[in-house]
Amino acid sequence: MSTLSPVSPNSAGGVGSRNAPDAGPELPVRRERPFSRSNLVQTLAGGYIPLIVATLVVVLPLLWMLLSSFKQPGEIVTTDLKILPQGLNLENYHTAMTTVPFAGFFLNSLIVTTVGSTVKVILAILTAYALVFVRFPFKNVIFVVILVALMVPPQVSILPNYILIAGIGGKNTLWGIILPGLGTAFGTFLLRQHFKTLPGSILEAAEIDGAGHWRRLWQVVVPVSLPSIATVALVTVVSEWNDYIWPLIITDRPETMTLPVGLTLLQNSEGNGAGWGILMAGAVLVIIPILLVFAALQRYIVAGLTQGSVTG
Amino acid sequence: MTRQLTGSPAVTAQAVPAPRRRGRWSGRTRRDFFVFLALALPNLALIAVFTYLPLINNMYYSTLDWTLGSASATVVGFDNYIAFFTSSDAPQVLGTTAIFTVVTVGGSMALGLLVALALNAKVRGTTFARSAVFAPYVLSGVGVGLVWLFIFDPGYGVLSWLLRGIGQQSPQWINDPQLSLVMVIIVYVWKNLGYCAVVYLAGLQSLPKDVMEAASLDGANGFRRFMSISVPLLGPTTFFLLITTMISSLQAFDLIRIMTPLGNGTSTLIYEAYLQAFGAYNRAGYSASISVVLFAILLIITVLQLRFVERKVHYS
Repeated sequence: MSTLSPVSPNSAGGVGSRNAPDAGPELPVRRERPFSRSNLVQTLAGGYIPLIVATLVVVLPLLWMLLSSFKQPGEIVTTDLKILPQGLNLENYHTAMTTVPFAGFFLNSLIVTTVGSTVKVILAILTAYALVFVRFPFKNVIFVVILVALMVPPQVSILPNYILIAGIGGKNTLWGIILPGLGTAFGTFLLRQHFKTLPGSILEAAEIDGAGHWRRLWQVVVPVSLPSIATVALVTVVSEWNDYIWPLIITDRPETMTLPVGLTLLQNSEGNGAGWGILMAGAVLVIIPILLVFAALQRYIVAGLTQGSVTG
Repeated sequence: MTRQLTGSPAVTAQAVPAPRRRGRWSGRTRRDFFVFLALALPNLALIAVFTYLPLINNMYYSTLDWTLGSASATVVGFDNYIAFFTSSDAPQVLGTTAIFTVVTVGGSMALGLLVALALNAKVRGTTFARSAVFAPYVLSGVGVGLVWLFIFDPGYGVLSWLLRGIGQQSPQWINDPQLSLVMVIIVYVWKNLGYCAVVYLAGLQSLPKDVMEAASLDGANGFRRFMSISVPLLGPTTFFLLITTMISSLQAFDLIRIMTPLGNGTSTLIYEAYLQAFGAYNRAGYSASISVVLFAILLIITVLQLRFVERKVHYS
């Protein structure tokens, strides 16, 4: 649990087929020639077919979403199903934008995600640095407090937080959406684990040069920790963008709704057969940005989500 | 006000780092004390107010007979808990929670292991497939729920079209309480199995290759090697996944809310707590008591994990 290297991506093929011919003749295991028929069958059945099936199961529903978002109501409310839309018709996107204030939802999501993630990452960096490099009594107690917070499910805090935030006037405000999620146990934990692995010598050098904590943090620790910080930042962005239960509860007016909450509103107004194309256009708008981020930077996200869990 | 005290002694301490003065509050220790607070306090305060305080408040609210938004509440002790556990809803909610959790955990772990085996094959394209399979895990539950709701739509969904192709009528996925639970479970497994697959894949790739080779020299076939070597050695990974997926299944909300807004047959504990407080009833105290029950279950799972894990779970 000390390293943050992404789950190893080294199985990228290139090893050749299952029974590589360079195994040497002295092995008693029966080997087959690389392009023999049984070998081909085995490679297909054991290698490609399960892989393709698994990929299709994931990709097809998303592809269906994208295709349907371009379909006119007449192409959806029909028994004569066509797979491809008649054309790149953006009518559904237009309807989605005009039925509900979709551009506003998008903007709200963007603000909530940007502000929330930025503050959370900065707080995580500061706290993790303090926990690792600044002398303080009870640091272990504080770390346990953070670890336990990591395990407290946010869902059970919904009602008390609603009462708290609504009580101080945060209902239907963007800060009311952002504020309760700002404390970050996850990012602090992940970065603390990483900072622990940094060699002490680089900091000692900076210390001898007279650099204070602030400069050591931003000029030494942060630059060498960028991959871990990227991991925390991306995982935070993904969860802020997708967050649903809290914005759903704390907003009931369209002006401050985020995209997932706005989609719920759209579902209420378009939840009949003809509205599916519009709903798919809405789903595209909430899904595609994260899908693009994931496609570009997936190794950080996978690493953060599969390793940042609760094993101390 | 500490500034005067920290001036020159700190400089000498920096120049000669070896002999650390302990026990006394040197200027540098004192300065570190305040540096620590300045750096960590904002985050710690937020965690205290929005993570720890709600736990206590929830327990307090659960002892109240209180309508959300009302200015007055009466203390009723354990009445909310008694009301929940003796209500006709309780067996249904607890049963739904159990079915949803067991099937989604079992389903995503079993399918995740199968997908991991496929991803572990030495063929081209595994990197792309791994990314593709993991992708649903990071996508918005609301978006994913809508996409699948359309696929399951008995009138115009692609599933009903496929079923008509083989001469079947589409089941009423949305209106039938049992089928809507099945539907939500299928989508939940679809969304989460990539997580299990990637964690299992890391486990598979860390298996000792020499043991595998030795077994294969001894004539053990692929299935035998899998059952006798991979499965036992993946034990820690399996345990880790069991705990993490169980905790997330118990908290599943987005898909249930978007696919079955009325909780028709899909009211798990978390969803029932939501409906009671923020649905039609505004029963804040009653909802809080359900949240406390859910929290107690999650706490038990977490404690079990901490007791049995003992840092043995390494999956990378």
